[in-house]
Amino acid sequence: MTEKMRNLRDGYSSALIELGHQNEDIVVVDADLALSTKTKRFGTIFSNRFFDFGVAEANMMGAAAGFATCGKIVFASTFAVFATGRCYDQIRQSIAYPNLNVKIVATHAGISVGGDGASHQMLEDIALMRVLPNMVVVTPTDATEIEDIIPQVAKHQGPCYVRMGRADSPVLFGKHEDFTLGKAKILEDGNDVTLIGTGTMVSETLKARKLLKKDKINAQVILIHTLKPIDQDTIKKAARKTGCIVTAEEHSIIGGLGSAVSEALDMHPVPLKRIGVPDVFGESGEAKDLVKKYGLTAENIGEAARELVRLK
Amino acid sequence: MYPPKIIKNLQKRALTIRKHVVDSIYLAGSGHPGGSLSITDILTCLYFHEMHHDPKNPQMETRDRLVLSKGHSAPALYAALAEAGYFEVKALNKLRKINQFLQGHPSISVPGVEISTGSLGQGLSVGIGMALAGKLDKKDYHVFVILGDGEIDEGQIWEAAASASHFKLNNLIAILDRNGLQIDGPTEEIMSLEPIPLRWRAFGWHVLEIDGHDIEEILMSFDEAKKSMKPTLIIAHTIKGKGVSFMEGTLSFHGKSPTKEQWVKALSELEQEEQELYD
Ligand SMILES: Cc1ncc(C[n+]2csc(CCOP(=O)(O)OP(=O)(O)O)c2C)c(N)n1
Ligand SMILES: [Mg+2]
Repeated sequence: MTEKMRNLRDGYSSALIELGHQNEDIVVVDADLALSTKTKRFGTIFSNRFFDFGVAEANMMGAAAGFATCGKIVFASTFAVFATGRCYDQIRQSIAYPNLNVKIVATHAGISVGGDGASHQMLEDIALMRVLPNMVVVTPTDATEIEDIIPQVAKHQGPCYVRMGRADSPVLFGKHEDFTLGKAKILEDGNDVTLIGTGTMVSETLKARKLLKKDKINAQVILIHTLKPIDQDTIKKAARKTGCIVTAEEHSIIGGLGSAVSEALDMHPVPLKRIGVPDVFGESGEAKDLVKKYGLTAENIGEAARELVRLK
Repeated sequence: MYPPKIIKNLQKRALTIRKHVVDSIYLAGSGHPGGSLSITDILTCLYFHEMHHDPKNPQMETRDRLVLSKGHSAPALYAALAEAGYFEVKALNKLRKINQFLQGHPSISVPGVEISTGSLGQGLSVGIGMALAGKLDKKDYHVFVILGDGEIDEGQIWEAAASASHFKLNNLIAILDRNGLQIDGPTEEIMSLEPIPLRWRAFGWHVLEIDGHDIEEILMSFDEAKKSMKPTLIIAHTIKGKGVSFMEGTLSFHGKSPTKEQWVKALSELEQEEQELYD
């Protein structure tokens, strides 16, 4: 079976260009990674509304805040590790606290960055951004979905963090499948266990469902792109229906999707297993080998699900 | 060359603001008098002479913008905003109190405050975004950013300094409150900054040096800055705690409120000075 692959950055930059045509107030800033993040495509068309700040992310975030105070909707892009790690204080003080319209869209998140190694494999960004008041956090699934989500992010009043990986991802959705910021989407129904995936791990949850079928386990699959505010209703309903949950994310198991889902279930707990990178830094390697070594595959999700079903 | 009357009126206004600074920090029981008093004359000149702004319409699109990057000097900013009419003067008595709107450091939710600050080193970048937006929208407002001298130890200031000249932001005017002190001691002992003019010129800025307590020099420096083709840094030589004898040039009044006796003494000194001005 060959899947159709497409890079989320292509979806992002196409959405930006579309927005740029519709709205004069869209401004894009980058920090010497405009070719990698693909914001350069916007910059080529709207050169007066594109600003490259060089290798100076903190200054870029501050300037993005300044633009936003003047009525601009600012998209600020760089790699996830720099966007959130290096600029945490700038985001906290100059963007989130004043609740400004800055949309931080970060690429190259997660361990599948590959060869660059741990210095570039951002596994803590969801945790960092999720804890900030006013911040909306989104990890889109595929290039089609991100094209749907970006205009909603632009429309939302206030700061947003949008995260994507580096690698091409399987195209799971056709055009205009109605993705709504803040709303989870049930991709497959089932009664025995719920698999909740985000970002690059959504396709793995779908594969896991097929694996589980062979064991006569009927898994429900839920896609969560908006980690904050998280769709509590859908999560609670799923917990009631299947009684156990596996979460899957390309992020540390601390502070990301697994944590957010557990928090949503605080008064209605059910057994839950978190698939993610354990509390360690990554390393260089091929993406496909890294996801195996760090336990981010459909097999890992399936194993966790079987264990939960056995416990029932 | 400004008429003496204009200068005298601004001096009176500055004294009123100094009194508010001392009062509000005393009532709050904490706060930063030293760096508030060193920028009082500059803020007075900005809000009561230089800046195009409308307290009844704080969001007016063509307004000049002020970023108080050294946010701990909020008491002086709040006093200037209150005197200008952005909110009631009596609100100053509730500085730093629970359920009140005047936060210890500037918050964007206060009418007239353009951006929240408090974590040093970020305001120049924000000013750059505002200045770029002004150019993009073809609006001819100016953006003023007040920096502390200790504050410019921060690396982000230098990222910002480089980008301001790169983007040719001659609508950006930074004012350096050169009071010579940071928290742990004199700036040149803690982390040397000199030669400041050479450093900023090397980053592509137009640099002026003035006495930051001389109203006429302050006003004239704005006039000159606005003629520049480059971003301008006005190095304002100031005295930390200016106007209150026992606070002037002392490290300890960086961030503490006066005792009751000190408060009474400070007010009587400022009132004395006021008396002399009105004579
Ligand atoms: C990023 C950051 N680090 C530390 C502080 C704590 N702090 C508050 S004021 C100050 C000294 C600032 O010195 P300066 O800029 O010279 O201020 P001024 O003399 O004008 O009061 C410090 C270190 C802070 N507010 N922000
Ligand atoms: Mg100082």
